[in-house]
Amino acid sequence: MNRLERVGWLAVAIVLCVFTIPWFFWGDSTVVAGIPLWLWWHVGWMLLASVVFWLFTQRAWGIGIEPKEGDREGPGGRPEPTDGDAGGGERL
Amino acid sequence: MSLSLQLGIIVGYLVVALLVGVVAYRMTERTAEDFYLASRTFGTVVLLFTTFATLLSAFTFFAGPNVAYAEGPEWVLVMGLMDGIIFAILWYLIGYKQWLLGQTHEYVTLGEMLGDRFGSRRLRGLVAGVSLLWLFPYVMLQQVGAGTALEALTDGALPYAAGAGLITAFMILYVVVAGMRGIAWTDTLQGAFMLVTTWVAMLWLLAVVGGPSVATSALEAEAAGHLTLGSEFYTPQWMLSTAITIGFGVAMFPQVNQRFFAAGSRTVLKRSFALWPILCVLLFVPSFMIGAWARGLDITIAEGENVLPVVLAEFTPIWFAALVIAGAMAAMMSSSDSMLLSGSSYFTRDLYRPFIDRGLSERREDLIARIGVVAFATAAFLVSLETPATLFELGDAAFSGFAQLTLPVLVALYWRKTTRAGIIAGILSSQAFYLSALFVESIVAALEAVGQFPVAADVVPMLIVVVTTVLRESYFGWTAGLVGMGVGLFVTVGVSLVTSPAAEEKLTLYFEGLRAD
Repeated sequence: MNRLERVGWLAVAIVLCVFTIPWFFWGDSTVVAGIPLWLWWHVGWMLLASVVFWLFTQRAWGIGIEPKEGDREGPGGRPEPTDGDAGGGERL
Repeated sequence: MSLSLQLGIIVGYLVVALLVGVVAYRMTERTAEDFYLASRTFGTVVLLFTTFATLLSAFTFFAGPNVAYAEGPEWVLVMGLMDGIIFAILWYLIGYKQWLLGQTHEYVTLGEMLGDRFGSRRLRGLVAGVSLLWLFPYVMLQQVGAGTALEALTDGALPYAAGAGLITAFMILYVVVAGMRGIAWTDTLQGAFMLVTTWVAMLWLLAVVGGPSVATSALEAEAAGHLTLGSEFYTPQWMLSTAITIGFGVAMFPQVNQRFFAAGSRTVLKRSFALWPILCVLLFVPSFMIGAWARGLDITIAEGENVLPVVLAEFTPIWFAALVIAGAMAAMMSSSDSMLLSGSSYFTRDLYRPFIDRGLSERREDLIARIGVVAFATAAFLVSLETPATLFELGDAAFSGFAQLTLPVLVALYWRKTTRAGIIAGILSSQAFYLSALFVESIVAALEAVGQFPVAADVVPMLIVVVTTVLRESYFGWTAGLVGMGVGLFVTVGVSLVTSPAAEEKLTLYFEGLRAD
């Protein structure tokens, strides 16, 4: 799994964290169908997170964790998106 | 009527739990691995709900709605971020890697996993010791909670000590008999029960009140600011600090962390990971909205009283309210029994075996583990009778205390250059920092006492200034727990950079051969 993909998923994770709380509704008190709008956003966002997590398990599970033999540092062959093929140790 | 009904429901629950425990016992092999981890066989539903029920217990039922009542429903967002998203990501980053390592090397505890990589018995003992330091008072708090709840429920007929004692005795019996498998099974029942009753409770309340719009208008009339996102209480710094420290802390709580080892397969981990945010939001929204809406309803909450039981008593039939309260008691117990089991495993595997009896056989370890449960629970109960203020403070701060472990562990898992000295220094420094921040008043008092001696009189005032400047409750709105995590990260990386790995370290252990097909 190449570096770009690792960085990409990391970015997705950060975006998921950042917008769980809808900061752009700060100070807003609009109510839709009896529930504050910001709470609707949150509910929708959590559903989206589940979908994204599911996509992750289908396409990239193992990324950053499971080493692929002979491909530790990785610009090598494109890994197929099957269960568990992934790149080298992720550097945090 | 209500009292006997409530007690009947609680006793009924205990009997069902015990039956499940006996069935689990009959399936159990007499090994420590089976007692602690159910031989790593959990399927998706069991893993999902046991983690869920262990994580979200009495707190979700009582403290959460109380916060939403007092300060507004933003608490849903904080909990959603900490448990639904941050913990889920750690589920992958820490949990999946731990699971793979556990499959390959048969680790049962976090300390064991770290001790093996860094070739250090001391590190193993340190991680177990730090964990027990935070876990013990937290278990104590649960016992106090259960004892107090029973006392209130029976109008004092069952005094606190007797109630807490009974619950403790039941938990000991249950854990010793059932082990991890039985605990996980009851957790599953109880998690599903929690979810269903919370939804029914919210729908019931809304049906009586006249729908969400009516309830929200009432809330607006009573406390308009509660519908606005953000307040003096809910500042961005506080929301983020709380979500991050608790979310990271949860991953190191022994009873949660150990569940990472117990999954039956990779598919189980994947499915539970993807379902996690939905499960969280499904519970948090009804649970905390009940608390938030209660503010606008015509009820009075006495000082120190929990909101949820009062609302239910007012708006739903007595049997239903009793059912939910019984569920909450059960929730408290299901978290505590998991903690007892994990606490005992940390003690047996990471302290007793390495430091006292290295040649422990499997069979004997299984026995010691069960004795450990009895000792741990009894000690926590006896100490709780003394209501020690220091320990209560530790219990309240347990999540942040555990959060101090997370970053050094993450660094070790993902950065090859981590050294033994680095991780030990990181753990010690962040713990020292956070504990000092928690007990800064005692430190200042101690310094003042030392200042009575003429020799120290000049230095002490200066020291006090330094201590109170460095250690605070909040750093520009960010909590000490979060700052402590930063300290741990910085020291782990910094010390690792300037030291070389010890000869016994297995440098590639976390990076190569990680396949468990």
